[in-house]
Amino acid sequence: MIEGILIGLQTALSLKNLMMVMIGCFAGTIIGMLPGLGPMTAIALMIPITYGFDPSTGLILMAGVYYGAVFGGSTSSILINAPGVPGTVATSFDGYPMAQQGKAGKALAIAAYSSFAGGTISAIFLLIAAPSLSLVSLSFRSPDYFGLMILGLTAVAAFSSKGNFLKAMMMVVLGLMLASVGQDTLSDIPRFTFNNMNLSDGISFVLVVMATFAMTEALTLIFKAKDPTKAAKQISLSQLGSIKLDKTETKKMVTTIPRSSVLGFIVGVLPGAGATIASFLAYGMERNFVNDEEKQKFGKGSVNGIAAPETANNAACSGSFVPLLTLGIPGSGTTAVMLGALLGFGIQPGPRLYQTNPEIFWSVIMSMYIGMVVLLILNLPLIPYIARVLATPRTFLIPLILFFSLTGVYLMSFNNFDIYLMIGIAVVATMLRLYNFPMPPLILAFVLGGLMEENLRRSLLISDGSWTFLWDRPLTLIIMLTILAIVGWQIYRSFFDKK
Amino acid sequence: MKISPSKLISLLFFIFSGYYLYTAYQIQVFAFDENAPFNAKTFPIYLGFAGLVFSALYVILPETNPTDVDLKVLDYKKTIGLVILMILYGLTILRAGYFLSTSIFLVASYIILGERKWIWIFILSFPFVAIFMYLLHGLLNIYLRDPFLKYLGIMG
Repeated sequence: MIEGILIGLQTALSLKNLMMVMIGCFAGTIIGMLPGLGPMTAIALMIPITYGFDPSTGLILMAGVYYGAVFGGSTSSILINAPGVPGTVATSFDGYPMAQQGKAGKALAIAAYSSFAGGTISAIFLLIAAPSLSLVSLSFRSPDYFGLMILGLTAVAAFSSKGNFLKAMMMVVLGLMLASVGQDTLSDIPRFTFNNMNLSDGISFVLVVMATFAMTEALTLIFKAKDPTKAAKQISLSQLGSIKLDKTETKKMVTTIPRSSVLGFIVGVLPGAGATIASFLAYGMERNFVNDEEKQKFGKGSVNGIAAPETANNAACSGSFVPLLTLGIPGSGTTAVMLGALLGFGIQPGPRLYQTNPEIFWSVIMSMYIGMVVLLILNLPLIPYIARVLATPRTFLIPLILFFSLTGVYLMSFNNFDIYLMIGIAVVATMLRLYNFPMPPLILAFVLGGLMEENLRRSLLISDGSWTFLWDRPLTLIIMLTILAIVGWQIYRSFFDKK
Repeated sequence: MKISPSKLISLLFFIFSGYYLYTAYQIQVFAFDENAPFNAKTFPIYLGFAGLVFSALYVILPETNPTDVDLKVLDYKKTIGLVILMILYGLTILRAGYFLSTSIFLVASYIILGERKWIWIFILSFPFVAIFMYLLHGLLNIYLRDPFLKYLGIMG
C-alpha cells in the first residue's frame, strides 16, 4: 500500500500536474460560482479537453475542477445566498447570515478550512478502509435509505424554534409537494402537470433554490428597504474581508470537524446518498450536539453551522469514491461523470482495480487530495477580494443577484416558462418569509422528496404493503430509534423544558 | 373576528392542500397498479393529508410566537416594479435574445432602485453581459440562442 501511495504522490506532484491542478482549481471555482453550473457540469465540460492528456494528468485536472467547483458553490451560497448545487444549501443557512453581519471573509475562511479538514480526514479513511467500506455500502437496503431520508428531515428541528414548529412542518410538506410535480419515476404517469409539457420533467432544483433563496432575498431587501430596523450597517472593507478566526471560533471548529467528517464520509460511501444528505444530517447533528447558547445562534451565523455542512459535504465527496473505485458503482451524478472519464482513459474501476492496477487507484486518490491542498493555498489569499462583492452598493447588487438567478434558470431549460414559474415561487416565498415561514425546510424536503418516495415505494412493494419494514432489519431499527430519540427530545425541549 | 396573517396563510395552505389532495386522487394509474401497495398517487395522497393536518393545527391552536410586520414601512412600489420587470424579461428573452433583453433588464432595474451613476449603469449592463456571454458561449461552449446578435452577424 505504501508503495502505491508513493507512486501516486510522485505522479501528482510533477510540475506539469501541479500546473494542471492549479488551472483546474481556478476554472472550477469560477464555474462553481455560476448558478446552475455545479461540479458535475464542470467535470463534464473538462472531459473533451482532457482527451489528449495521459490518464493521470487528465484525472488531476478534473480533481482540481471538482474541488474548485464545490468551493465556488459554497462561495455563492455564503455571499449572495444562491447555492447553485444541493450540497451547499446547508452552508447558506449560517454562512449568509454571517456574511450579512460583515464577516463574509470569516465565513468563507471557515468554509475553506472545514472543507480542507473534512477532505483530509476522509482521505485518510479512504486510504485505510476503502476496500472494506465498499461492503458496508452494499449492506444498505431501501428501508434503511428511507430511514436515512427521515433522519435528514429531522434537521428541520433547527428551524422550528420559538413556536415555529408547525410553520416548519408546513414548509416541509410544501417542499415535498413541489418535488412530486412531474412524471412518476416508475410508471411515467404525469402528476400535477396540468397537461403542461414544461412540467413533465418536474421542477428543477436550481429553479426552486434560486426562487426561495437568492431571488426572495433580493426581493426582501427591496421590500424592507425603508424599515429602520433593517438599515444596512456600514462595514469597512478590511473587516468584511478579514479571514482571522479567534480562539473560541477555532475551538468550535476543532470539535465540529471530526464528527462531521466521520458522518459525511459514511453517508458519502452509500450510493445515492451523497453530499446533500451528508450536509443536512451534519447540520442537524451539530445542532443537537452544541450547548443551548450556541443552539440559539444556529441560522444566525453560527461557526458550527457553517463548519459542519462544509466538512460533511467534502468528506462525502471523498466517500463517494469508495463505491466508484472499489465496486465500479457511481453513487452520485458527479461520480457518474467521473466514471465516464475514467472509462474514456481506459481505466475500468471495480474490485480488480485495487489489486491489478494499484498505482492508478492511488494516483486518483492522491490527485484528489493534492487538488484540495492547492485549492486551499490558492483561495485563502483571494478570500478578502472575493468577500468585497458584498461591498457593492445595493442598487447594483440586487439587480445582479436577480440577473444570476434568472440566467441560472434560463441556462437549464432555455424557455421562459421556468422564468415565470420562478418569479411566481419567489413572490409567494417572499410573502411567506415576511411572516417567518422558514425556507430551509422547504428546500430540504424538496431535495429529499424524490429519493424518499422511491425508497418508500421499494420498501412497501417488497414488504407487500406492510409497514413492518421499519423495524424488520436491525439497521433500519437503529435508524428509526435515532429518529424517535431526536424528535422526542425536540418535543420535550419545546413543550416541557422552560430553561 | 380578527385573524392573524400567519393563520390566514395557514388557512390558504389548508385550502391548497385540499385541492392538492383532490388532484392526487384524480391521478390516473394503470389498471394493474390500482390495488398495488404503492402506486403513483400513494405518496401525494399522504402529502395532501399531512398538509391538511399541519395547517389545521396551526389555525386551531393558539399562536405562541405571533409575527408582527409593520406593513407601512414596506416598499411596494419598487418591489412590484422589479417583479413586473422580470415578467417583461421573460416575455422578451426568446424574441429579442439573451444579450439585448438581459442588458435592458439590468439598466431598468438599476434605475428603478434609484441608481443614477450612468457610467456604472452602462458598464454593468451591456459590456458586463457581453463578457458573461463570451464566458458561457465562447469559453464554456454553452449555446445561448440570440436572434438579435445573429441578425447583426455577431453570433452564429
